[in-house]
Amino acid sequence: MNDMMATMTANAEATMSAPKMTARDVKVFYGEKQALNGVSIDVHSDLVTAFIGPSGCGKSTFLRCLNRMNDTIETARMEGNIELEGHNIYAPDMDVVQLRARVGMVFQKPNPFPKSIFENVAYGPRIHGLSSTKAELDTIVEQSLVRAGLWNEVKDRLQDSGTALSGGQQQRLCIARAIAVDPEVILMDEPCSALDPIATAKIEELIDDLRGRYAIVIVTHNMQQAARVSQRTAFFHLGTLVEYGDTAEIFTNPREQRTKDYITGRFG
Amino acid sequence: MSAAALIFALLGLAVAAFLVARARAAAFAGRRVFASAADRISSIHSRPAYHGWYVALWALVPALILVLGWSLVGEGIVADRTIASLPAESRPQTALDRQAFLAEVRGVVSGQLAGAFNPSADAAVPVYRSIKTQWSLVIAGLAALLAASGGGFAWLRVRPHFRARPRVERFVMVVLVLSSLVSILTTFGIVLSLIYESIEFFRRVSPFEFLFGTNWSPQTAIRADQVGSTGAFGAVPLFWGTIFIGAIIAMIVAIPLGLMSAIYLTQYAKPRSRRIMKPMLEVLAGVPTVVYGYFAALTVAPAVRDFALSIGISNASSESALAAGVVMGIMIIPFVSSMADDSITAVPAAMRDGSLAMGATTSETIKRVLIPAALPGIVGGVLLAVSRAIGETMIVVMAAGLAANLTANPFQSVTTVTAQIVQLLTGDQEFDSAKTLSAFALGLVLFAVTLCLNIYALSVVKRYREAYE
Repeated sequence: MNDMMATMTANAEATMSAPKMTARDVKVFYGEKQALNGVSIDVHSDLVTAFIGPSGCGKSTFLRCLNRMNDTIETARMEGNIELEGHNIYAPDMDVVQLRARVGMVFQKPNPFPKSIFENVAYGPRIHGLSSTKAELDTIVEQSLVRAGLWNEVKDRLQDSGTALSGGQQQRLCIARAIAVDPEVILMDEPCSALDPIATAKIEELIDDLRGRYAIVIVTHNMQQAARVSQRTAFFHLGTLVEYGDTAEIFTNPREQRTKDYITGRFG
Repeated sequence: MSAAALIFALLGLAVAAFLVARARAAAFAGRRVFASAADRISSIHSRPAYHGWYVALWALVPALILVLGWSLVGEGIVADRTIASLPAESRPQTALDRQAFLAEVRGVVSGQLAGAFNPSADAAVPVYRSIKTQWSLVIAGLAALLAASGGGFAWLRVRPHFRARPRVERFVMVVLVLSSLVSILTTFGIVLSLIYESIEFFRRVSPFEFLFGTNWSPQTAIRADQVGSTGAFGAVPLFWGTIFIGAIIAMIVAIPLGLMSAIYLTQYAKPRSRRIMKPMLEVLAGVPTVVYGYFAALTVAPAVRDFALSIGISNASSESALAAGVVMGIMIIPFVSSMADDSITAVPAAMRDGSLAMGATTSETIKRVLIPAALPGIVGGVLLAVSRAIGETMIVVMAAGLAANLTANPFQSVTTVTAQIVQLLTGDQEFDSAKTLSAFALGLVLFAVTLCLNIYALSVVKRYREAYE
């Protein structure tokens, strides 16, 4: 109980910091169908923000707006305003390549490239020209793997294929790949939904370790996971943001009836 | 009664058997009251139509096999009997005589000939006719007997608990197996005939000379005192020409163009333009090769020669390896492009998204992730394209020429295995000369090479597919 009180106090203090990303009145359409109606959220730089909600509620859609991955979908159209440190990421002068280097992403299913472990992590630094020598690149790769908690498991077989790792290791490899370009924000789209409980626990620990260094936004189906890893939680339902606040608040004392129904398992 | 009439009669009989047997099986249910659907299903095994099929097949198939068998061997039996019944002195003596004799008899019997030249053949006509009629009646009678007994046997087995369905389904499966065997057996037959004729060839020319000799001049004179009475059968210039045109020049054209168009269509094209451009590209694959052939011979070849002359190559031929190779490459583009398209599309979207989410541009994603991931499929597609190109005939016959030069100069005329086979086998040929038989040896080599390429390419493609499924 004391722990919880302590966390809540910490959260309350943390919310004071300036937001890393701000979204205002974001609407997304897939063709004629509206997937999001007017979502406004602030993402804080030293916190983990969780998006929860039933399937098809728009949480992944909103996540993909934050690094413009929806651009790759032909029929998707977005309205509203999303800013990264005060710059509109949908402005004409915003380069999507630079944006995605600053806002990294980890996907639902681990998707390592069919290359060696080393090449997977070196991919981002190479395309963005972050290292001028082989030694520098080696350092970046090692550091990223260490931060992703994978170094000890793979340091002797960096030249093995990334696809030969187990599912949980693959997902940590993808996280290492994302942090290798030193992004400011990391978006995680249900990163544990394809993993077993032990691998899930490792990823959750890792998310906790990474907090403070990167702003982390995680979409999850698993409410316990949201409660465990996040400080801020947003509940989405039918394309609208129902409630957004401190995680402890949402899970113990939700303001909205729908939130209460969802977290107590009355629908979902 | 002719075989066709007999078959129609049997088919009619089978239809009748089907209808009555089905009606009889349907009557099982009609008389009874069932407690439930489960009761009905457990007390009558097969649906009425299966009983119908069962009886119809028993009535039809044995009799049909007899009739078809007769139509294959019957003619020979009738001929043997006819000749055996003739007095010994009027029987034809040699096989050739016998053939002519029978042809005359049959001609008169069928009414195509008014009368035979050979008096003994004329005399044999009534004998032949009566023997044939006798045998036809016997066969018709036997067929009727088989149909009746087969149908009757099956009819007696029609009972509520009789398992007609599995039997009919097994029959259908046998038919399916036989149909698939047809093409397999045909392939074996082709290979065996190729091997047989090739052995004949290698009796006359040593395999070593054929495979490694560099002089190809298959024209052998009919009489020993004519010029060039001994041919030369060193096939290396043909193998080289085939590889030069099909695997080198054509691929230099087809691989980059096919690959780049596949990349554009899968990665950059809007769905609308992809919908229009992809079928248009595939139309190229539907152009008959003979059309490519005269395009190569009449349009491309002169242009290539003029170009060669203009850059100072004086010995440029009007039939050049370059012209044939370039047009063949164009022909192969849709093939390479659609194989590459399939391979790139088969790379999971997660790879592409993963790369884009790292801030890679579309072209970086293609170069560093999609192409490496799709490479085995692309290589397999290219190998299949090579195997197609070296087996291609019309373009090289029309545009590459027939001179068996061993040259790496693309403006020179070279010839290919397929072009030579056409040359060796068109027109009147005697089938006991090394010249004609060499076509089979060439065919065998070509077959072996394309077979190996296809097997290897398909295994590469298959392994790659498995990796992503």
